[in-house]
Amino acid sequence: MDRLAQGVNSIRLAADVGGTFTDVVLDTGETYFTSKIATTIDTPETAILEGMQIVLQKARIKPSQVTGFIHGTTLATNALIERKGARTALITTEGFRDSIEIAYESRYDQYDLALQKPEPLVPRYLRYSVFERVDVRGRILRPLDTASVSQLVTELQQNEIEAVAIGLLHSYANPEHEQVIADMLRAAGIEAEISLSSEVCPEVREYERFMTTVCNAYVQPLMASYLTALRDALVAQGITCPLLLMTSGGGITTLDAAIRFPIRLVESGPSGGAVLASCIARQLCEPKVLSYDMGGTTAKICLIDDYQPQNARNFEIARSARFHKGSGMPVRIPVVEMIEIGAGGGSIAHVDDLGRLTIGPESTGSTPGPCCYQKGGIRATVTDADLLLGKIDPNTFAEGRMPLDSSLAATALTQDIATAMGVDLIQAAAGVAGMVEENMANAARIHSVEHGANLSEYTMIAFGGAGPLHALQLAQKLNIGRIIVPQNSSVGSAVGFLWAPIAYEIVRSCYMTTQRFDAESANRLLADLYAEAFKVVCKDAGQSNVKVKRSAYMRYVGQGHEIEVPLPEGELSAEDSSAIQSTYEFHYQRLFGRTIPKRDIEFLSWSVEVSGPQQISEETLVAPETQPAHATTLRNAYCTELKAMIDYPVYERDKLVPGNCLSGPALVLEAQTTTYIPSIYNMYIDNWLNLVLYRRST
Amino acid sequence: MIELDDITRQIIWNRLLAIVEEQAQTLMRTAFNPIVRESGDLSAGIFDIKGRMIAQAVTGTPGHVNTMAESVSHFLDHYHLEDMHPQDIYVTNDPWQAAGHLNDFMLVRPCFHRQQLIGFTSCTSHLADIGGLGYGPDASDVLDEGLYVPIIKLLDAGELNQTFMAILKANSRVPIEVEGDIYALIACAECGSKRLSECLEDFDLFDIGDLSEYIIETSRRGCEQKIRELPEGIYRNSMRVDGYDTPVDLVAGLTIAEGCIEIDFSGSSGLSPYGINCPLNYASAYTCFALKCSVAPEVPNNHGALMQWRVNAPQDSILNAQHPAPVAMRHVIGQLLPDVVFGCLHQVIPEVVPAEGTCCLWDLPLRGGYSTGAGNTRFASELVHNGGTGARPGSDGLSATAYPSGVLGSLVEITESVAPLIVWRREYRPDSAGAGKFRGGLGQVIELSNSENADMSLFASLDRIHHPARGRQGGKDGAVGVLELSSGERLRAKGEQIIPGGEQLTVLTPGGAGYGKPMERDADLIEQDLRDGLTSNEYAKAHYGVAFKSDDSIDREASGDHGLSHTGAADHD
Repeated sequence: MDRLAQGVNSIRLAADVGGTFTDVVLDTGETYFTSKIATTIDTPETAILEGMQIVLQKARIKPSQVTGFIHGTTLATNALIERKGARTALITTEGFRDSIEIAYESRYDQYDLALQKPEPLVPRYLRYSVFERVDVRGRILRPLDTASVSQLVTELQQNEIEAVAIGLLHSYANPEHEQVIADMLRAAGIEAEISLSSEVCPEVREYERFMTTVCNAYVQPLMASYLTALRDALVAQGITCPLLLMTSGGGITTLDAAIRFPIRLVESGPSGGAVLASCIARQLCEPKVLSYDMGGTTAKICLIDDYQPQNARNFEIARSARFHKGSGMPVRIPVVEMIEIGAGGGSIAHVDDLGRLTIGPESTGSTPGPCCYQKGGIRATVTDADLLLGKIDPNTFAEGRMPLDSSLAATALTQDIATAMGVDLIQAAAGVAGMVEENMANAARIHSVEHGANLSEYTMIAFGGAGPLHALQLAQKLNIGRIIVPQNSSVGSAVGFLWAPIAYEIVRSCYMTTQRFDAESANRLLADLYAEAFKVVCKDAGQSNVKVKRSAYMRYVGQGHEIEVPLPEGELSAEDSSAIQSTYEFHYQRLFGRTIPKRDIEFLSWSVEVSGPQQISEETLVAPETQPAHATTLRNAYCTELKAMIDYPVYERDKLVPGNCLSGPALVLEAQTTTYIPSIYNMYIDNWLNLVLYRRST
Repeated sequence: MIELDDITRQIIWNRLLAIVEEQAQTLMRTAFNPIVRESGDLSAGIFDIKGRMIAQAVTGTPGHVNTMAESVSHFLDHYHLEDMHPQDIYVTNDPWQAAGHLNDFMLVRPCFHRQQLIGFTSCTSHLADIGGLGYGPDASDVLDEGLYVPIIKLLDAGELNQTFMAILKANSRVPIEVEGDIYALIACAECGSKRLSECLEDFDLFDIGDLSEYIIETSRRGCEQKIRELPEGIYRNSMRVDGYDTPVDLVAGLTIAEGCIEIDFSGSSGLSPYGINCPLNYASAYTCFALKCSVAPEVPNNHGALMQWRVNAPQDSILNAQHPAPVAMRHVIGQLLPDVVFGCLHQVIPEVVPAEGTCCLWDLPLRGGYSTGAGNTRFASELVHNGGTGARPGSDGLSATAYPSGVLGSLVEITESVAPLIVWRREYRPDSAGAGKFRGGLGQVIELSNSENADMSLFASLDRIHHPARGRQGGKDGAVGVLELSSGERLRAKGEQIIPGGEQLTVLTPGGAGYGKPMERDADLIEQDLRDGLTSNEYAKAHYGVAFKSDDSIDREASGDHGLSHTGAADHD
């Protein structure tokens, strides 16, 4: 699979099915061919096949020549958001059938008296309980009452259950009862898919573990039939290479693993974007990168240190009201740690009761879209403001297929913003752009602080349809001096799929402290996790030459928030305890300023990730000879420093060659987006045709 | 003072709100006390040089809303601006100057920018144990309730006050934890002032004077405008609750006039001999919270937003306790105040305010192993749980949900991992919701025992065991709460009580009250509750007039007029 190993014979396809568009990218080993067509919601494979035909024809390549196919999809996420999954039952410990609904007994909005909580995926009458109880150490307090399990069989059949989630208390410490129940149900002829919480998410905290298991079960039948249908369709087209799936963790996995744990496929698009950014970082030897992906509805920001995106284990799906934290469903799976904020081209701007300008999180989406799209939108959006500020060319937008109407944008911004605030139209538009950039900057600051990152040392990699429009202003707010806008940035996630390693991560809870460090148990657990991950990556996906990353999630005894601490290589011994403690203290100090003297530290969970090689060529960077680029025309656009509209030279990106350089103010136009360059930046084109921007020293 | 344009001011305002959120996150991530790190019992804010709060994090504790807003001025009475050092941090837990009881420690840190003092950051969190009788209502005065820390320097020019730390640790049953929590507060205060200075640098400002005036005036005007939309007048309400051993009356007169709302608690009960009294700062906090939720929910918390609300209570009443009255469990009364306010506002904006709910947290502070002899694990743990909220004018109440508090409930697996407890049941309590066109939220059933069969103490500070949440517009009352041992013995709502080893404690949290007449309830909603086992057939018969066929299925034809409009429904109840 490694491009270096397979040389030019490696021909791979990637398909990213988003809510609006299906992007297909073909990598011939020499160059990329891309297509972007509308997603076919009911049969997503239709658009994939169509997009595939387009790129294969462009490249004159036969399906049988394709050696790899990587797929990412929002299908699982959408099924959860739109409640279109399977009829699911939950089987849990007697006394706890409401755990997934009671949750944290909280309200996601402090002040909203009319607040509504999201309906549970499994209604109460389909939440069954069985007599059994395991304690916190995995000891059985009440043996499983098998008679109560037998009684469930008819209930499940009568209610035409399509998927079963089994989640018992403390099953991460002892999975026996969950396994027995699953075996009994299967033996009794239950054909529904069964998800065990001890397999999907073997970690302490019953609410998150049960929710993750329920979500997994809920999407499983749908994902299994879709993925199988896609594989069959690809085979019928002559694509016989294995179908691999992009996961939320930034790796790719096998079809079998994806069908078992489809919950790991949520957010695969954004994680592909993070992989893209980390690969560009490696190519350009940029050890500290902030990836910034801004689309129509949201912006995603992710930190990439030493060419690795940050990982996390929590993600909240389907936030309802205004993207409020806590209004969605938490799932505990390995994810690329990023923040997603309601700031995109379609985000709606308005003035609130206090006269304050607010942006988003409501978005017009793709229908009706911003006012200037002429599809019936009447509320002012970020894209409308960008158009009025001259950043977008109304005639060449979307390769000229969709002419934009500035007058509609002007009407909306005048009504919604300028009149309400008593400012002129351009000030209003500049205010909208400035506010959305500030919102993203605030989110990025909080995110960087949570990870102890000093953003002024970072390079930004910007992509997504709206990313390059706001990247430089955002960078300026974050004190970032160097910005890269890669090629094919509008299909960045699909390109990222092509570069992702085959990887599998497993996390499991096992308690100990540094003072009572039990090397033997730790080694046994790590060996088990390794064997499981190794099977997925090496046996099933045929990888050799793998990398192993092991870490522990640790905190001071009595704290509630763990930090990830890398573990030393090889068998652990009693002496490793103090080394691990030092590593912990190093990370803690970086995050929170000071460590606490003479304090015991506890291990909560352990993680092993096995990954194959990254699909990337590491060529040496040869500085191209510089040569000034030539502007094709001038455009009137807004200058933040002068607070006025001025003439910007316009450059066409596809005419720029390595070594071309220019100075701001400037606009670089390409098919799907524009890079907006203020006066204090210089730019050159590197060997990979990236736009590289840096702040001029004064 | 540089004059900024409005859009720039608003952009910086957003930045301040992001900074206080970051402070709150830092505190939660570093805190040790589970009620802080798991439940969010904390607050964080930014203040101008006059001690006026200009931004506050939205956290789990409305009780800190304007206790914090007022507190920094007390520190300014104590230390002169010119004596402050950029690395100083001040601390107190004075209930009348900080957050209403000794467990809440408040830190204030001066913020310097370009060598000038420009404002302050502040944060508060709940320390698990600070000695005295322990966390319960049984003290006879505040000095019984634990270590009392007047305003002192915690950090003097960057040097941690080790004497204070030693005294604090020596006075706590959980010294390791409280030490860690002080470190967490320091991290929180420091991160806030660092960010504030960075923010001013980014916008090239010397101070926050202009911004502070803008935030305060914009917020004040926003509140005033909302109040002016309401009809002027005086609206009265009273509510009787359990109290400690005798019922407590909470009586309010709410006056809307000239763009202000004033609440006067004259007529409320006098001081209690037990620690359920509120300092006025704390009573004001929950009163203002209710006003904000119902009148001006969009206005951010700051000095300006609080200027249009005024709260009075007679000195030495239960809502305006003076030093040295005991106040440890002031939240049990304070959290009931929103229902008193809603009763007044129901006469003004009936389409907004809910029926009465559980209000006070049903938290269970448990302690064991201290006197039961060798072999038993020593622990002090607080389980945070809730009853149901009141029905809203347009929808059912929320089941097992905190209101007005915003703290998070405890997960069973976490509870069992930090204390020798087994929770045998935690699920909805059927038939506990007050019936109505919209029903109240349900309470929950919690059953627990000590895993080592050892005795343990419950420090109860609960309410609505004798006085249920009352319905509105024909809605029925919610169920009262119950504390019961497996022996059948009932426990009191307040005070330290022993749960003997081997006995199981059953806790039934109260239900919220209903809104509107039960006979107007949508038949589909009744059927859904029956299907889900949240309503029993008997209850549906008794309260909703539902008739059942012989096979227990609903006889819709014989079941009355459910689901008809207000005017069409017969007046059955």
